[in-house]
Amino acid sequence: MANVLAFAEQKEGQIRGVAREAVGAAAVLAGELGGEAHALVVGAPGVSTGAAALGAAGATSVAVAEHAELGDFHPEAYATVVAAHVRDGGYGAVVFPATIMGKDLAPRVAALLDVPLAGDVTELKVDGGAVSVVRPVYAGKAFAEIRLAATPALLSIRPNVFAAGSGGGDAAVTVFTPEVDPSSWRQRVIERKSEGSGALDVTEATQIVSGGRGMKDPEHWGLLEELRDALGAGTALGASRAVVDAGWRPHGEQVGQTGKTVSPSLYVAVGISGAIQHLAGMRTSGTIVAVNKDPDAPIFKVADYGIVGDLFEVVPRLTEEVRALKAKG
Amino acid sequence: MNVIVCVKRVPDTETRIRIGEDGRSMEVTGVKFIMSPYDEYAVEAALRCKEAAGDGDVRLVTLGQTDSQETLRQGLAMGADSAVLLVGDVTADGLATAKALVAELEGTDAPLILFGVKAADDDQQQVGPMVATLMGRACVTGVVSFEVSGDVVRCHKEVEGGSEVIEATLPAVLTITKGAYDPRYASLKGIMAAKRKPLDEKAAAAMEGRLEVVSLSPPPDRAAGKIVGTGPDAVPELVRLLREEANAI
Repeated sequence: MANVLAFAEQKEGQIRGVAREAVGAAAVLAGELGGEAHALVVGAPGVSTGAAALGAAGATSVAVAEHAELGDFHPEAYATVVAAHVRDGGYGAVVFPATIMGKDLAPRVAALLDVPLAGDVTELKVDGGAVSVVRPVYAGKAFAEIRLAATPALLSIRPNVFAAGSGGGDAAVTVFTPEVDPSSWRQRVIERKSEGSGALDVTEATQIVSGGRGMKDPEHWGLLEELRDALGAGTALGASRAVVDAGWRPHGEQVGQTGKTVSPSLYVAVGISGAIQHLAGMRTSGTIVAVNKDPDAPIFKVADYGIVGDLFEVVPRLTEEVRALKAKG
Repeated sequence: MNVIVCVKRVPDTETRIRIGEDGRSMEVTGVKFIMSPYDEYAVEAALRCKEAAGDGDVRLVTLGQTDSQETLRQGLAMGADSAVLLVGDVTADGLATAKALVAELEGTDAPLILFGVKAADDDQQQVGPMVATLMGRACVTGVVSFEVSGDVVRCHKEVEGGSEVIEATLPAVLTITKGAYDPRYASLKGIMAAKRKPLDEKAAAAMEGRLEVVSLSPPPDRAAGKIVGTGPDAVPELVRLLREEANAI
């Protein structure tokens, strides 16, 4: 019997949706290990406000480490707090979200605890008392089943794959103040630029509108931005390697083997032919739509729905129809 | 300024992955191997660092079998000065890899150790920050570009919905992503010179891998989709299907 801890990521004092997914995954594991799912939130004073609500995602208790210096992610301090909490709690497994923060934090915690880490997991189970996971390798061209032979089993879950748990009421919340010594920090954020609130990383978006070389010119991206806005909150822009290499779009948007592997519920590929390394990065999406003028483009082999045609005619029409649909509700 | 770059040999990113007979690894017959693309950015960044400082050495380190010599020679041809191959098995356990690297890196006077942000084969994104944590160094992950001044390295990083500038005190570990460091091609002269550059080979420190790959499978097949139609007139039907059949909007 062992309890499972979920790291519940917060941003600007708000507990993120992906934190509920981590708690949901922790609850599944805890059920199989015969223990409880707990959550840990690290942030500035006041972050505990939303903590009890993690009960609804499957946590029976939530520990909140509050400190004025911990409002923003500081990797060394966060890793120290998380590792100490895992050690003290005697956890059998720890679940991180595989976000930009989680991917930076989890390996540090693993090194501090001297246990290995399985990252970006898409399935998990308990087999003979040991945690076993499935994770994509070669950017999704294959899936490896991996058995974690150390305790605690450390893993990070891919966003948008696991459901938050359900059922529970408010969780019991314990707030504590960890020891933090900023004078020992070897690194700090000195400047932060936001591209507007609501901008999402492509790995966390539930819907992605992705553009490729068929877009012809970076100035045409307004078409895709309009479709993104019509699809609404949770939609991000993606890009193929060709347009990132051409300098049309930032690398952060690149989907595929030298970019990001994504699993949104809806993926709209516009003017993307579908190179193998791109298909690998998006083939686990829920529904795939392709718009391409070439009927033989490989993208149509993985798309659920395709339209063969000139994207400059098809996309504006699509935006218009989606807007009309959303207006009807 | 001395810079160490840790690199990895991986299958070419255009490779079609076939599952090997053991059911747990990829079939390597006929597969072309390359230096992981992110590691190439790191090598390029290291070379520019050395060029900007006007002195110093760029040293490559890898863990792998003797075929990784080829990967190291590629980096030497780009302009790195020396390389070391730690001969040992690379397992799924990134912490075991990190420990083998630390056994070699411990005590180095190089103020910067660079990695690619992730390896293009297992995508774990973990060895760099693990090495930094084990060595007690600062570590900035996913660095698009950086500048060194005095004992501080100033790093630019993309995060969800924006970007950050992070300052770290040297010595530090950085993991480099695509952005500012398009790798240079090795010149013929560079390729010839690489043959004479020092490439040491030694046994890697013994590691205990605690992540066991039980099986490797191809991705689940997607059911064949349908072409809804041609041109903008097909859009209303597409939207209807997305709403009613796929429940996607």
